[in-house]
Amino acid sequence: MRTTRVFTALAAAGLLALAGCGDGGGATGGSGPGGIKPPKIDKLASLGAGEGQVNIVAWAGYVENGSTDPKVDWVTGFEKETGCKVNVKVAGTSDEMVTLMKTGDYDVVSASGDASLRLIYGGEVAPVNTDLIANYKDVFDGLKLKQWNSVDGVAYGIPHGRGANVLMYRTDKVTPAPTSWSAVFDANSPYQGKVTAYDSPIYIADAALYLMKHQPELGIKNPYALDDKQFAAAVDLLKKQNELIGEYWSDYTKEVQAFKSGNSVVGTAWQVIVNLAKADGAPVEAVLPEEGATGWSDTWMVSAKAKHPNCGYLWMNHIIAPAANAAVAEWFGEAPANKLACDQTADKNHCTTFHAADEAYFDKVWFWSTPVEQCLDGRTDVKCKDYAAWTQAWTTIKG
Amino acid sequence: MTALSTLDRPAGEDSIPARGPVRRLSSWLHRHRGARLAGLLSAPLLWLLVAYLGSLAVLFVSALWTVNSFTGDLVREPTFANFRTILTEAVYRTVTLRSLGVAAAVTVIDVLIALPMAFFMAKVASPRSRRLLVIAILTPLWASYLVKAYAWRVMLANGGPVDWLFGGAGNGPGYGLVATVLVLSYLWLPYMILPIYAGLERLPDSLLEASADLGARGGRTVRSVVLPMIVPSVIAGSIFTFSLSLGDYITVQIVGGKTQLIGNLVYANIGAANNLPFSAALATIPVLIMVGYLVAVRRSGALEEL
Repeated sequence: MRTTRVFTALAAAGLLALAGCGDGGGATGGSGPGGIKPPKIDKLASLGAGEGQVNIVAWAGYVENGSTDPKVDWVTGFEKETGCKVNVKVAGTSDEMVTLMKTGDYDVVSASGDASLRLIYGGEVAPVNTDLIANYKDVFDGLKLKQWNSVDGVAYGIPHGRGANVLMYRTDKVTPAPTSWSAVFDANSPYQGKVTAYDSPIYIADAALYLMKHQPELGIKNPYALDDKQFAAAVDLLKKQNELIGEYWSDYTKEVQAFKSGNSVVGTAWQVIVNLAKADGAPVEAVLPEEGATGWSDTWMVSAKAKHPNCGYLWMNHIIAPAANAAVAEWFGEAPANKLACDQTADKNHCTTFHAADEAYFDKVWFWSTPVEQCLDGRTDVKCKDYAAWTQAWTTIKG
Repeated sequence: MTALSTLDRPAGEDSIPARGPVRRLSSWLHRHRGARLAGLLSAPLLWLLVAYLGSLAVLFVSALWTVNSFTGDLVREPTFANFRTILTEAVYRTVTLRSLGVAAAVTVIDVLIALPMAFFMAKVASPRSRRLLVIAILTPLWASYLVKAYAWRVMLANGGPVDWLFGGAGNGPGYGLVATVLVLSYLWLPYMILPIYAGLERLPDSLLEASADLGARGGRTVRSVVLPMIVPSVIAGSIFTFSLSLGDYITVQIVGGKTQLIGNLVYANIGAANNLPFSAALATIPVLIMVGYLVAVRRSGALEEL
């Protein structure tokens, strides 16, 4: 699922730009390009009785009622407790999520960074009254009121979890242990043919992040906001990297197997992949390199046309409750949003492994955003490359 | 009402009272030959026109559209921008040629393996073992494509069985173009064996005997009698292996290392970029190649063998 959602994350032509512009120039008042404001939608004032059911659009693995694995169930208890029957529609892509939310048939959605602002500016989701979500106070501050879940200080969702794209390496083959992304970008790498990279245009941001630190004269401020010159530099770096690459991965089982067999010895990964590879007996470790890293974060949002808003709020409160949040985080392999969830995980080291409480760690993480023409870093004097351009460039990079 | 009596009765002079709606309908259909034909053919025709040709037409039309990069909405204004990109950017030419090369290599390999195999099945093996062999050829088709591709990924892994065959870790082909051709050849082999087997089964044994009686040795018989008669079958098989390889993107994703084929480009532009028009433009490349191929082999009689 991580695979699809990733593809998607990218997929959607997002409105992140909007938020970006908001950061840069508050002068026009609105936060969108040309001062666009999201449509005025009232948030739920008070919580009423449950309506008997709730319709949810979610990523696979986020709403489990024991049908996938009898041990994995945080839905049945919720249904009994609240009387809200949970109907879930698993979406494969962010685009699909947005389309489904436009039908008005769904109450709640687990949107990723790129879909969320499209939903907000499209008027599909309502602001969230966080006072009605008892567990919201326990959410890590590092996840609240961020670019992808709020506009002008108004919360539009409840943070679900987050993760970084780390640098994984074989401890027996890669010495000394890498501390920098140079391990995958240096043209003189001794690991030629054994380097792996994430197979998606969004990976161009990883190159931009590297250039941010190693070629400061390019003036990259945000790896998702690249003008022509910066973009060309990143593409150039990736074309050189292509010589080192053994294979690109987009499917995590594929990467685990490649590291286990030694076809790949160094490259990007998610923490969950590192854990799976270790569980499989592969001698691997992962670091967050000194340059920082890219990453991802999801948010639960409530539809502006919700027919079951009360059950929707109950669900959002439930899914970030310590026990449920811990269960999802472990099943899915991510850092939970709720700080109390860390005491409830079956693996007591889960939060440490995934750096859940480590804000210094996530300060170095640039969460995925969809690149759009309106530069995300607030520049208005240049046009940035949009996601379609990124995709076509990715084709050229792979050759 | 017997068939005979209705046949004898002139149309329009229905003297037998219709007893139920079904009976009435059937006698009405009997009298109206055109309606009968329409009823019989409308479903397949609809299928052909709407589902098949219709979707192809939509593909071509949407290739002329573009996508608004800000909203992700389709812009339905005809432009050749997508085709211009494909024709001017060198990478699309490279990938097209690479895909053609892979499809051709897979086809050749499959023909080389299938010919002796099919000949043995059709002409040498006993009827009993022939049946078993057909089943053996068909069994791989029952297993999921993905399972087979991933199994090959394990076999081709560093230090895996294929490496071992070549004498040690790292000696095998690893992941890449060679691995892609190898796995695709394996996957599509049944589609080559079966048409050739069917063609050889129709080849009368008496021809082989006549050839022998005229003094031809084995090789000569194969060259002068067998091969000319099964060329259409081979081409029929090649249409399968060629078009399936040309459109594939999963195998190359699994064992292709960093290789990309046309299918991967189509997938990347739909899945990640939400750029359906550009994908449609890319997808016309294999369509055109296959149309060209079919036109070229039309005269060989291969299409009757499909």
